[in-house]
Amino acid sequence: MNGVWARRLLPPLVGVLFLLGWETAVSAWDIPPFVLPPPTAVAHALWNDAPLLLQSSWITLIITVQAFLLALTSGVALAVLFKQSRTLEAALYPYAVILQVTPIVAIAPLVVIWVGYERVNLALLVLAWIVAFFPVLSNSTAGLAAVDPNLRDLFRLYGASRWQMLWRLQLPSALPYILAGAKISGGLALIGAVVAEFVAGSGTATGLAWRVIEAGNRLNMPRLFAALVLLSILGILIFALLSWVQRLLLRRWHPGGTG
Amino acid sequence: MTGDLFQLSGLSLTYPNGTCALDGVDLSVAEGEFVSLLGPSGCGKSTILRLVAGLMEPTGGRLNWLLPVARGDIGFVFQEPTLMPWARIIDNVRLPLDLAGVPKGEGNDRAADGLVRVGLGDFQKAFPAEMSGGMKMRASLARALVTNPRLLLLDEPFAALDEITRLKLNDDLLSLWYAQRFTALFVTHSVFESVYLSGRIAIIGPRPGRVVAEVPVPLTFPRDLSVRTGTDYGAICRDVSDRLHAAMGLAA
Repeated sequence: MNGVWARRLLPPLVGVLFLLGWETAVSAWDIPPFVLPPPTAVAHALWNDAPLLLQSSWITLIITVQAFLLALTSGVALAVLFKQSRTLEAALYPYAVILQVTPIVAIAPLVVIWVGYERVNLALLVLAWIVAFFPVLSNSTAGLAAVDPNLRDLFRLYGASRWQMLWRLQLPSALPYILAGAKISGGLALIGAVVAEFVAGSGTATGLAWRVIEAGNRLNMPRLFAALVLLSILGILIFALLSWVQRLLLRRWHPGGTG
Repeated sequence: MTGDLFQLSGLSLTYPNGTCALDGVDLSVAEGEFVSLLGPSGCGKSTILRLVAGLMEPTGGRLNWLLPVARGDIGFVFQEPTLMPWARIIDNVRLPLDLAGVPKGEGNDRAADGLVRVGLGDFQKAFPAEMSGGMKMRASLARALVTNPRLLLLDEPFAALDEITRLKLNDDLLSLWYAQRFTALFVTHSVFESVYLSGRIAIIGPRPGRVVAEVPVPLTFPRDLSVRTGTDYGAICRDVSDRLHAAMGLAA
C-alpha cells in the first residue's frame, strides 16, 4: 500500500474498526447504556432526535460564526490601529493579553450578569468572541510588522501615502499571518461558544452544549454522544472551510504548495 | 558631456550607536553617465545609494541636486528582486505608476511596454513565484524603469544570479541604458562587472567608506561580448583590481 492511499484509507478504516470494537465490547460485557451507549444507539439518537439536535447545531453554529467574524474584523482592525500608533499599541496591548489569559469560565458569570440573563445569546457571543479574538490580533500584529524592508523602502521611494502603504503593502504582506490566525480563531470560536453555554446556559440557551448538559442530567447518553458527534462535525467543517480559503488565497504566493 | 546631475560633498553617516559607516564621500555624477561604486562587502556602498535615494539622511556633508528631481525620477533595483509575491508581474511593474496616481489603463500600457523591453512580454500574468531568479530581476528592472527615471540606482542587482544569467543581464542593462540614457549608479563588488558596464568607477575604501580612487574606463559604448575578450579590457581590470587591493591595504 503506497503512501497516498495509506493516508486516504487508513483513517476511515481505523474509524470503522474502532466502532466495531466499541459495539462488540458494549454487548459482550453488557455495559449499561447510561455508562457507554453502543454506536448503533448513538446513530439511533442522531436519527430520532435530528430535528432537536439540528436546531441546536444551528444555534451553536450561528453564535460561532458571528463570534468568528467579529473576532476577525475586530482583531485585524485593532492590529491596523496598533500599526498606525505605537502609543495606542503600548497602552492597549497588555489589556488584550490580560483578556486572553484570564480563563473564560471565570469571566462568564460576570458577562452574563452584565449583558442580562434575558439576552443570553448576546452573552454567549461576547464570551466566544473573547476566546476567538486574540489569535487574530496577535497574528495580524506580527503580519503587519513582517513587511519586506526593501519593499517598504520601494514604497517610500515612490512617496506612498500611509493609506497606500496599508492597502497595497502591509495588509497583503500580513495576509498569510491573518489567515493562520483565522484558522486558530475559527476553532476557538466554537470552543468559546460551547464553554460559554456550559457556564451561562440556563435553559434559555439551547445550543448543542446545552443538549449535552441536559442529556447528561437525564442520563440520556445516546443523545449526549449524538450531540458530541455533531460538535465534532461542526469543528471539522469550520477547520476544513478555513483551510480551503487559506489555500485559495495563498495559492499564488507559493504555486504547488499550501503555504 | 552634459552637466552634473548631483554632487556628494563630504557626505558622512554615523549611526546613533557611534558606528561610522561613511566618512567624507566626494563624488560627482554627470547626467547620462554610468558610474559604478566598487568596493568590498560592508564598505558602505549600499548606504551611499540609500542616501542618494533619500531613504536615509546623512549626518554630515551635502547632497546637491543640480537638476530637478521629482517623485519617480529615481528608480531603485535591490539585490533581491523585491517583487510583491501576491501580485502578477504586470501589477508589480505598474506599482510606481499606481502609487503616483497614473490611471490604470495607461499604467498597464506602460508596464506592458516595459516588460517587452526586458524580454518578459509573455509573462505579464505570471506570479513572481513562477519565475526564475533572472526573470524576476528583469521584472525588477522593468519596474524601476517604468517611470522613465532620470537616475537608476542599482544595489548589486545581479550578485545572486548564476554567471551566465549575470552576463546576459549585464548586456541587457547596457542596451537599456544606451537606448534610454538614464544616469546609472551601480553598486558591485565585481571588478569585471564594473569595468564592463561603467564609464567611470569609484572605488570605495573599507569602513568608514569614502571614495579612494576614481578610474575612468576608456572603452567605447556600445559594448558587447567582444569587449570581454579584448586586451584593453584585461588591462583595465588588472589596473582596477590593483587599486582596489591598494584601497583595502592588501598587497596586489
